[in-house]
Amino acid sequence: MTPPTPSAAAPLEVTDESVEKPIASGSPKGGESRSPGRLAWKRFKRDRTGVISAYVVIFFFVVAIAAPLIAKLYGKDPYTTYASQDPSLLDAFSYPAGPNGGMSSQFWFGVEPQLGRDVFTFLLYGIRTSLGIAVAATILTVVAGVVVGVTAGYLGGKTDYLVGRVIDILLSFPSTLFFIAFMPVVYGIFVAPDDNIPTWLRATALIVVLSTFGWASIARLLRGQVLGLREREFVEAAKVTGAPPMRIVFKELLPNLWTPIIIQSTLLLPALVTTEAGLSFLSVGIIDPTPDWGVMIARGAQFYSQDITFMLFPGISMVLFVVAFNLLGDSVRDALDPKSKR
Amino acid sequence: MFRFLVRRVLGALVILLIISAVTFWLFYAIPRDPAMMSCGKNCTPDMLKQVRHNLGIDHPVPVQYWYWLKGIFVGRSYGDFGNCSAPCLGYSFANREPVLGTILDRLPLTLSLAFGSAVVFLIFGVGAGMIAAVKQGKWQDKLASSGSLIASSLQIYFVGYIAMYFLVSKLGILDNPSYTPLTHNPVKWASGLLLPWLVLALIWTANYTRMTRSQMVETLSEDYVRTARAKGMSSRTVFFRFAWRGAMGPIVTIFGIDLATLIGGAIITESVFSLQGVGRLALDAVNKSDLPMVLGVTLLSAGAIVFFNIIVDAVYASIDPRIRLA
Repeated sequence: MTPPTPSAAAPLEVTDESVEKPIASGSPKGGESRSPGRLAWKRFKRDRTGVISAYVVIFFFVVAIAAPLIAKLYGKDPYTTYASQDPSLLDAFSYPAGPNGGMSSQFWFGVEPQLGRDVFTFLLYGIRTSLGIAVAATILTVVAGVVVGVTAGYLGGKTDYLVGRVIDILLSFPSTLFFIAFMPVVYGIFVAPDDNIPTWLRATALIVVLSTFGWASIARLLRGQVLGLREREFVEAAKVTGAPPMRIVFKELLPNLWTPIIIQSTLLLPALVTTEAGLSFLSVGIIDPTPDWGVMIARGAQFYSQDITFMLFPGISMVLFVVAFNLLGDSVRDALDPKSKR
Repeated sequence: MFRFLVRRVLGALVILLIISAVTFWLFYAIPRDPAMMSCGKNCTPDMLKQVRHNLGIDHPVPVQYWYWLKGIFVGRSYGDFGNCSAPCLGYSFANREPVLGTILDRLPLTLSLAFGSAVVFLIFGVGAGMIAAVKQGKWQDKLASSGSLIASSLQIYFVGYIAMYFLVSKLGILDNPSYTPLTHNPVKWASGLLLPWLVLALIWTANYTRMTRSQMVETLSEDYVRTARAKGMSSRTVFFRFAWRGAMGPIVTIFGIDLATLIGGAIITESVFSLQGVGRLALDAVNKSDLPMVLGVTLLSAGAIVFFNIIVDAVYASIDPRIRLA
């Protein structure tokens, strides 16, 4: 390649800028040029599986966001025990009186055994809680991973070594066990031993614990990427022209890292959804009166042998979401990085 | 090889030391009485006093940690509660037993669960992946790919109950999950654990199918495989002796890590099937705020992960001569 003389460096950087902007925006409206972002979008639109699963995923998010509105139109809420108002909903053994878990025109997804809450709104609000926590944890994890990974990779030397060892240790932590072991620690910091733990604190603690043990693998990946990019001509050129480190990180490195960052995020989100539900299932995360996917499955587990219908709703909806999101992730990966093999 | 092992084992011990220190410190960072936490829910004032004394609450945390560490090598006395001989990982005041003994009691179940399901998912996963690689683009391939996509999205806390409902309650094909030691009655051991094995395997197989397929597809297109074919070797020899051997490395790697994860306690699996293994022990210990037990199980799980990593690296090098242990 051309030596990094100032005259050669300047055009190099200019061409680089023209490439990076559309990637960063990632939208199809990036002008008429065939930018990488636009090409990826075109590839994605051709992928029928990807588009369909995108619609399914969007459907879940819309349902989650609009849960209060839907509940209002439907006329019920997830907290009221309808059986205490209308005892005929449950039979003598506290199981739904109607067939199929008491599904009816009034209770679309049936009635919860024992307490007699409405399954439909409970599920809607449950999706809302679970997705909310998972999205927040994903964002926090990715941001932390990117910041640490890029810093370590760019600075190199002692910082890199130290961060590398911390990552090594974090990755040898048995994760589920640590999630469970450290939830009480996080609660303990904020709440006196015998006080009730408010729901917002449970959610926050989940987000904090999930991200604390999640950022390491992303950081490791990005560190490797930055190590490769750091030696490339355009970064050298930027350095020669006297660009401050911040500018190099944000304008030169980060635009080239969007693909791995997006790919990692699409892998992370469904994993965090299921982990969050798993913790709530073990009742170390969100607990009962608050609707949540995991709470609902834990409830269903108490009477699954008598009334399996209740369990099917949270279970199947979660499988559907995770399958759709994984398919979407695969398509996004293919679109952004067509050379990669799966 | 020897130098590699020594270095890696030393590194692993350092990591375990740090993990135990972090766990220790984090539990003491909570503004609660650590004696209360270690003592458990049914704590009498006498016990509390004893726990305080044994934990050495009057000492700063690093000193307490030092006592704990020393206990591993020289054992520790817990006054009226009895002694804890040489490899002493602490004393669970909630269970009134040394931690190590309890863990060793629970370990056979967890190991049975881990190795039993590993056998199933390794056979099915690798088998399906190989078939998919041979029949690339045909229906077998598509079936394996879509099947593994769905299977990997399933969760044990859902599928486990569905399987128990249909296979145990409704059809009565399988036994309710239970544990009988292998040495007592091998048939009962297998029949009691069959359902958890199958459910665990269903979920974990997918990863191996995908991995085997992509690795096989890659190695089958490599030059050395083509050369072997060109020399006129039978396609079976080429497939198993050449391509599979080249593809095995990454699969061994994830298998080692997965096995370590399973040995460290399949907490959710054991909860779903009501099996009293190490995972359940950990969950109960956390709920009872039984710090010594949490610390012990954490160390076991982390140890499994760290040491399986070493084993994997060593095995990898012996499978694939291109890799050299550095």
